Formats: sequence, structure tokens, C-alpha cells
Amino acid sequence: MYTIPLPQIGTDVAWRDAAKRLIGAGVSPNDVLWDHGGNMGELFATGTPLPPPTRRIKAPQSFVQMAETVVWHKDPQRFARLYGLLWRLRHENGLMQDRADPDLARLRQMEKAVRRCQHKMKAFVRFRDLRQGGERRSFAAWFEPTHHTVEPTAPFFARRFADMDWMIATPDVTVQFVDGNLSFHPGQPKPDLPEDSAEALWGTYFCNIFNPARLKVQAMTSEMPKKYWKNLPEAQHIQSLIAGAEEKVQQMREAGPTIPPDRAQRILDRLHQKDPDVDE
Amino acid sequence: MAQLDLSEKLAILSDAARYDASCASSGTARRDSRDGKGLGSTEGSGICHSYAPDGRCISLLKILMTNFCIYDCAYCINRVSSNVRRARFSVDEVVQLTIEFYRRNYIEGLFLSSGIIRSPDATMSDMVRIAKRLREDEAFRGYIHLKTIPDAAPELVEQAGLYADRLSINVELPTERGIQAYAPEKNPATIRKAMGDVKAHKAVANDRSFRGKRPKRFAPAGQSTQMIVGADGSSDATILGQSTQLYGDYGLRRVYYSAFSPIPDASANLPLIKPPLIREHRLYQADWLLRFYGFDVGEITAGRSDGNLDLDMDPKLAWALQNRAVFPINVNRASKELLLRVPGFGTRTVGRILQTRRHRTLRYEDLTRMGASLKKARAFITAQGWTPGALTDSADLRARFAPPPEQLSLF
Ligand code: SF4
Repeated sequence: MYTIPLPQIGTDVAWRDAAKRLIGAGVSPNDVLWDHGGNMGELFATGTPLPPPTRRIKAPQSFVQMAETVVWHKDPQRFARLYGLLWRLRHENGLMQDRADPDLARLRQMEKAVRRCQHKMKAFVRFRDLRQGGERRSFAAWFEPTHHTVEPTAPFFARRFADMDWMIATPDVTVQFVDGNLSFHPGQPKPDLPEDSAEALWGTYFCNIFNPARLKVQAMTSEMPKKYWKNLPEAQHIQSLIAGAEEKVQQMREAGPTIPPDRAQRILDRLHQKDPDVDE
Repeated sequence: MAQLDLSEKLAILSDAARYDASCASSGTARRDSRDGKGLGSTEGSGICHSYAPDGRCISLLKILMTNFCIYDCAYCINRVSSNVRRARFSVDEVVQLTIEFYRRNYIEGLFLSSGIIRSPDATMSDMVRIAKRLREDEAFRGYIHLKTIPDAAPELVEQAGLYADRLSINVELPTERGIQAYAPEKNPATIRKAMGDVKAHKAVANDRSFRGKRPKRFAPAGQSTQMIVGADGSSDATILGQSTQLYGDYGLRRVYYSAFSPIPDASANLPLIKPPLIREHRLYQADWLLRFYGFDVGEITAGRSDGNLDLDMDPKLAWALQNRAVFPINVNRASKELLLRVPGFGTRTVGRILQTRRHRTLRYEDLTRMGASLKKARAFITAQGWTPGALTDSADLRARFAPPPEQLSLF
């Protein structure tokens, strides 16, 4: 039995290196335990050194790409599942093309979940201005992703917010971007971030872009599940928007047509004179 | 009038923008700011940063520059004859709001439209100035969508295309008669000419010159338009026919359908019946079938004599029920074109079926894992271990799909 420790930061590279050696040495999935972030404790920390690889095994590109994403899933079995499929791939040509294989389907599902989580992170991180002065402005956010998505998603933020410094703190990893350099650090409890007056303006926008005549709460929550709401400043308005929607529509309907303001006719007369194209 | 503060202006001018359906920020050129000298990026598919309780994606800061307007379009809350509160942003305010919202990761960029103040040219040049300041002074590399004023000078539209990712010009209503009746200051010919100009500029920008140099990119995310559904009496067949023509003639990326929504201070000229939102939904589904599933308008709207889509079920299912002789089809042998016509199979499912069946024969159970909705598809297919038997032709098949009769109105 081999126990493979995998670090919290750099999990992807560590898993790939270990999997390469194990498969090269012909170690069966039944003989491997994967230990992410030291969760298994001392009990399993056997020091059995890995056997030397005897040959290089090639894995299809599509597997490698899928694994790069799946390693960030929160399921503790993800490493074993990936290795199990890699093991089968040695003899099963075309397995990666079989969209109905249950093992592969399960991994694809996990891949999709991580992608979705990454996507939601890109969407729902909310920075606050730290107002620190200095050449570059600095911002910080607290975020709680479902999977371990900080590391694979950080480059997106680096490409987008390159002219400012920023930090995204999460329970298991914190990423910092300072003077153009990206670095990862252990997670932390929710930090106290200064109030940011832009949040009130954003709330104003959120409330007014909403059309009360088209209430579709389910469509909102399926894309923006409640678990994200506590870190979204605009979400505090949702309840009252929903509660007040019907009344607003009712008011609109009851108000009925009004008499046009005086200026309307003047403006229209002038317009119709000046522009012979418009009205014949 | 008392001076409005920024928050009050934002409230008025986003309220006024909510009737524009588009909030897309996809499909533009890839950009980023890794060089550290600017702000923002665009990477293919846009991001919905939030969702309002109306279920709509909030991707862009969608605002009007001003809601003062000298035109009198009956369906519009900003028309000159409405008593809505008016406001106007300065160029600087729009630029600052966009940048500060963007830095906090609230938005992908700006979608700016405007009521027409003073003249179409004056309005359009203020809008261009905003886009130019964002690009040149703020080095903003996020997404910009400008709603073009059709009557503005062609030079202004040309400039707009150099700063914006997307330009849109709303055709507003599906027929010329509708435009004359409800948007009397607008001219269908001018609207079409403006769309033609945008298409022509794009074509020029895509041509390399003899020296192989590419001119500056012009509206890389293309142009789109919006049609209001249910304000005039047009049938779905008319609307979809118009869309097909627009996609063809002007190379539009998207046609948006906006169910005419009750607005505050509505004009007395309008029919006050609210079209069901489901109609808008069915139009989008049909639009999708036209563009990605190889259907044509005639087929989709043939089912009913009034030319409208069936509100009870999606247009593909409705078509399949009308054309049962085509089914059941064998998922292991049918052509791609036919697979695309199976209710419950999306383009992705069809891709997976084609890929997998090269290696082995597909069983019924395999299809669920490929993303098919078998509840819909089962009556229309055969697979290993499955044949629908008499189901395909059974008299009550339609009833199985149609929703039970119920009170549909919210009011
Ligand atoms: S031109 Fe017509 S649609 Fe546009 S803002 Fe003015 S009144 Fe509204």
C-alpha cells in the first residue's frame, strides 16, 4: 500500500507527478491511498517509497485535460477515481470517447461541477476598495467556493485586473496579486474588509434594472443559488424586491394614462417641421 | 428641478434601460490587461455577474445616458409625452461608474443607450465620447455595447464601431406598419440603412489591404437588434420571417425579442393586454431552431392556421408531433440532421451520440448520460433495447406533453 500525500497548494502538479510514477511502475489502484492536505493524519503516513517506474505510459490528451480540472473537486475520492480511469486506459482504447461509460461519465460530471464553480467564482467575487493610496489601487474580497477553485481560477483575475493589487481570501486558499505577481497562501477566516460606498450604488442599480412585471424567482436561484447570497452585496435587496413586485405592477396598472407634459407638443411640432423625412 | 445626486440618476437611468432585453457580453475579440497598463479582459464567453429576481442575467452596466427624448414612441417609457422623471448623466459620471463597478467585479462592461436629446447627431456624439474616454483615457479593455441612434450621421456610427465591441440598432417592431403606428418619428428605411452601414464597415475592417495590414477592428462582437413582441398584431410567423431576413441581410449576431411589458405611465395608444412571457420564450426557442437546428420558418409555424407558435410546448416538440411519420428514428443510424430534429436532443447530445456510436452501439440507458431528455425523446427514437412501439402514433401523445389546464395569469 502506498500513501501519496498531496499538498493544498499545487495539488494538480503533485497528483500528476505521482500518477505518472505509479502507473509507470504498474501499481494497481487498489494499492494506492491519496491523502490531500494531510487529512488522513499520522495513521496512514506510511513511508513506503514509490517503486521506480519501469516504463512511460502515455495518456490521451483528453484525459490529461479532464484531470487538470477534476483534481480541484471537493470529493475526497477524486484522485482515486482519476487514477482508476487512467489504469483502465492502459488497455481500453477509445474509452475517452465513450460518453456513456459510467466511470467516465462520473468524472465528466465532476469536471463540469468544477467548471461551473470556477465560472461562479469569476462571476460572484466582489472586491472592496482598501483605499490604501499608493501607485496601484488595492482591493480585497472574501469568497466561499464549493470546490477548490481558487488556484485554477486566479489567472483569470490576473488577466483582468492587472493594473491593481488584489487579494481573494477563502477558507482554504488565499490568493494575492501584488505588483503583477500571483501568489498562493493558506486559507483564513473571513477578514474584516472596510466598507465600500460603491456597494450602495451597485444595490441601486440591481433594484432598478429589475423588472417587477416579470418576476421569475426560480430562474434567478437556479443560476445564483442562495449559498452565494451572503457574500453578494446586492443580494440583501432580493427579498424586498420580490415582496414588493406585485404591488408595483398593480400601481402601474392602476395609474392609467396621464396627460402629456406641456413641452411634449412643442417639441414634436418643431421636430416634425424640421425633418420632412419623418412624417409625410 | 432639484439637482439629482448620482444615486438618483442611476436609479432613473437604469430603470429606463431595463426594457432592453440584451445583456450579452460574449463573442468579442480576446483582450486582457496582462501588460499592466490597462484594466479589463474579454475571453470569448461573457459572464453573468448577477441575476435579478426577474431571472435575467446582469452582465453589463445597462443604462441610458439620458432619458430625455424628443421622440414619441408609444411603447417607450421615455417618450416625450410621458411624465416619467428625467435625468441625464455627464460623460464623466458614466465613465466613473463603469470603471468603479468593473474594478469591484460587478460587471463585464457597459451597455449604453440613450433617449434622443437635441438631435440624433448630438446624442450619438456624446455616446461616442464616453466610449472613447473609456478606451483611450482609462485604457478600459472590458466590453462596450453602444445602442446606435439610426438617424445619426454615418461618420459617428463608424467611430462608435472603433470603440465598441457591439453595436445595436433596434428595429423595434416587426412590421413597417407597426413602426409607423407606434414609433412615428422613426423611419424603417433609415433603420435598415444604419444596419447596412454597420455591416459594410465590418466587411471593410475584415479585409486586409494589399500590404496585408489589417485596419482597426470594427465592432468585433457584431450587431444585434431587438423587436417588441405583442405591441402590434404581428403573428409569430411574421416576426420570425423578419428575423430570418435580418440575420441574412445584415449578418446580425442576435435578434432579441422583448415581450411588451406594462410600463409606468403607459401611452393610451397601446393595447393594454399583456402578452404572455411564454410567447417571448417560444420565439427564442424557435429562433434557436432556425439558426442551429436546420429548421425553416415555414415548418415551425405551419402547425397553426394563425401563424403563431404553440404556447403549450416547445416548437420542436410541436413540430415532431405534427410530423410523426418521420419518427421513430434509429439513434444508431440516423443522420445528424435527423437527430437534431428529435425533441429532447440538444446539439451537444447529438454531438456525443455521433462520437460514441463510432465505437459501439448505443443503448437506451446510454442516452441519459449523454444529456438527452428522454421524457421527450422516448416516443421518437429507437435504440438498442428500446422501441416506442405504438407510442409514437398514439392519439394521446400530445396530451402527455401539454401542460394540464390551469390558471395561467398571475393577476
Ligand atoms: S427614440 Fe423612442 S424608443 Fe428611443 S428613447 Fe426615444 S421614445 Fe424611447
